Amino acid sequence: MAQKLAFRVNGRSVSLDLDPERTLLGVLRGPLALTGTKYGCGEGICGACTVLLDGRAVRSCVMPVAEVAGKEVVTIEGFSSEGRLHPLQQAFAERGALQCGYCTSGMILTSEALLRATAHPSRQEIRQALEHNLCRCGAHQRILDAVADASGAGAQS
Amino acid sequence: MNALTKVSRRQFIGIASGGIAVLIGSGALCAVGQERRFAYPTDVNAYLLIGDDGRVTVLTGKIEMGQGVMTSLAQMAAEELDVDLAAINMVMGDTDRCPWDMGTFGSLTTRMFGPALRAAAAEARAILVNLAAVRLGVPKARLTVRSAVVSVTSEPARRVTYAELARGKRLRKVVDARAVLRSAAQFRIMGHSPQRLDGREKVTGEARYAADIRLPGMLYARILRPPAHGSTLLRLDTSAAEAMPGVIVIRKDGLVAVLHEDERAADLARSKVSAGWSRVPQQPDTESIFGHLVSGTKTLHQVAARGALSAGRSRAARIFQMEYRKGYVAHAPIEPHAALAQVTDAGATVWASTQTPFPTRDRIAKTLGLQPQHVRVITPFLGGGFGGKSADGQALEAARLAAICGRPVQVAWDRSEEFFYDRFDPAAVVKLVSGLDSGGRIVLWDYSVYGTGERGAIHLYDVPNLAIRTGIAPSYGDAAQSASLHPFEVGPWRAPGANMNVFAIESQMDLMAAAAGVDPVTFRLRHLKDARMRQVLQTAVASFGWRPAVGPSGRGIGVACSTDAGSYVASVGEVSVERSSGRVSVSRVVCAEDLGLVVNPDGARMQIEGATTMGIGYTLTEEVKFRGGEILDRSFASYHIPRFSVAPKVEAVLVSHQNLPAQGGGEPPITTVGAMVANAVFDATGARLPRLPMTAERVTEALAKASART
Repeated sequence: MAQKLAFRVNGRSVSLDLDPERTLLGVLRGPLALTGTKYGCGEGICGACTVLLDGRAVRSCVMPVAEVAGKEVVTIEGFSSEGRLHPLQQAFAERGALQCGYCTSGMILTSEALLRATAHPSRQEIRQALEHNLCRCGAHQRILDAVADASGAGAQS
Repeated sequence: MNALTKVSRRQFIGIASGGIAVLIGSGALCAVGQERRFAYPTDVNAYLLIGDDGRVTVLTGKIEMGQGVMTSLAQMAAEELDVDLAAINMVMGDTDRCPWDMGTFGSLTTRMFGPALRAAAAEARAILVNLAAVRLGVPKARLTVRSAVVSVTSEPARRVTYAELARGKRLRKVVDARAVLRSAAQFRIMGHSPQRLDGREKVTGEARYAADIRLPGMLYARILRPPAHGSTLLRLDTSAAEAMPGVIVIRKDGLVAVLHEDERAADLARSKVSAGWSRVPQQPDTESIFGHLVSGTKTLHQVAARGALSAGRSRAARIFQMEYRKGYVAHAPIEPHAALAQVTDAGATVWASTQTPFPTRDRIAKTLGLQPQHVRVITPFLGGGFGGKSADGQALEAARLAAICGRPVQVAWDRSEEFFYDRFDPAAVVKLVSGLDSGGRIVLWDYSVYGTGERGAIHLYDVPNLAIRTGIAPSYGDAAQSASLHPFEVGPWRAPGANMNVFAIESQMDLMAAAAGVDPVTFRLRHLKDARMRQVLQTAVASFGWRPAVGPSGRGIGVACSTDAGSYVASVGEVSVERSSGRVSVSRVVCAEDLGLVVNPDGARMQIEGATTMGIGYTLTEEVKFRGGEILDRSFASYHIPRFSVAPKVEAVLVSHQNLPAQGGGEPPITTVGAMVANAVFDATGARLPRLPMTAERVTEALAKASART
């Protein structure tokens, strides 16, 4: 039942023999050893598993890997280059926009998709974009601040 | 097992009272760890290692679950040692390398472990200064220490670094006298807010959690679960799973698991296991639980009493009789429980998401029939704990399976398992009768709490005739009693018991203030003598910009205060209530907290913001529904934790007393949220909500009742 699937992850081409129904999350965390993407619910509700697929934020825990064939996946590991943090990463660290850190990569990836579509979102737009990413520690207001910082707009409520 | 545990506990107490072994050594850390496993017991208490590269390793049995102690403990060590924060490495929750610790809970890290760590660091500094005095040939009094450099005060060029002093040395010293700690005025690192030390690895995805650990040859386990608590297995057929290539099926002492080195194959194998289960006997459900908690409570323990209730009743001009209720609440960390275990002839190593590495080590040892020193628990970062990771079922499962298979085994619960095995914050009932005299002073307080413990039940209000009783005493200490009351296991949840008790107390205060025709802040202050509590309440209302008004004022502003974990908290919040739907939105909260000495102000503010936001969940939406032992909410689709649209704007105000001991930070600010919102809803609408959570349906019902009365 395995078939050869080729796609790109963080700028690198990969080609693997995979069960096409396997989730993208399982492939990232398993054969590709990219554990920065997290399992939180397995139902696409909490957003901890969010990655970019051709620039769009998707829930990797409910995405069959077959749908990724020929496409470009970006995970949190593809964000910083040569030790330099991406502006969103920088802003999250500076604002203390995380506590346990488990939802953080999903928050950052979802925010990146937002900023690619809307360079200077309002605070309400940021809130809406992140509405379906769950954070149990209650870092919400700092996350909004961090995304606003990274967008360079200094968006206010 | 018991002998070793007892020894460790006694040693720990010894540390807390000032007897500290400081190990200053060179060489690799792992070598020291090896030595310590077999060495004499004083080594167990080594908190610090000063490497010959000048780096300082701080060893602590505490764990980092988001609360920020990796940073604040490093600040304490750096401050007392007088090294830069950047020179500190934190090693946390590794039972082979760290000093024994009971676990990370109860907001105890800063107030209890903190002083011990500071004393160890201060003593290490004293030892280094002594070494420097010998090396430089001048008396200690003529030396100055700054950032890991000891120099002669009058000739700064004559200097020696900690790294040079540590090189080639291996000193061990047991401290007899209480170390002299720095005063707040001398702080360079404590009292400041550096960036979180775990921030960078958490934003890059490099931070490791238990499910991220990989070992060669590891197996992924999927475990057969009952449909309900109390179900027993009647029929089992694993033949289809066994027929799959590479699948290992384990069935031993009630544990049925399928394992495979490919996670997806393990999932498929589990789906092929067929099982039949017994029906669960009649048990209480989401609604009938409250009657069950009251009738099932055999004894009430009196935890506080003053005056005579009969005298209070006869002096009372008005009596207020209320019953408050709260359902079960899940911890629901975003990281479900996970563990990876490896068992060899030499012993067991288990990476686990646990708040209690040492007790978990002891339980694993007992389960596997090993000596505790042959079990090592390593705790990576936790993706949230909130009390829920004090239980360690997943670590025991992984250890058992690894021992049986002879290969490393990962057990990572899925979300449904996480909800099913969550040891919920218990449902509870408070029966409260209070009375006001003709002058509007409280003269009677007759309080009984069922289903949860006494934490938060004893308040600071000045009431002459009072009795406070609890059905479970002390909080969660009586597991058997708890087990007979609740249809499934319950456990500590951020400020256990206090959320219920403060909800009841502060709702009642509000209700009486309105009846007395006095604004809720003045009413509280009239009954408060405690200076710190008064200061915190006054700070909160001043920061909010609150103006006195008798409730219900129509403004939708609520106040609540409490003491918890040694700290004082007051919250003032503003809500709006959508009358058509019953939906309550909390727009803004000011929370003031006096936690004594503040080690990291921004870290403390983070805890206030986080606790307040998390508290909105138990207040408005979170209640685990159940029936016949079945947990009906096993997904975030039906169990609603606060989202961005719900999270209020939180303004944290620290009332710091840098000359007083540090108190708890993580739990206190969540205790006031329920009552603050209930009081704000009353202020907006005149409707009193005596049950948590205040779902839209319940608010609509209460609004209808309130309008029927008027």
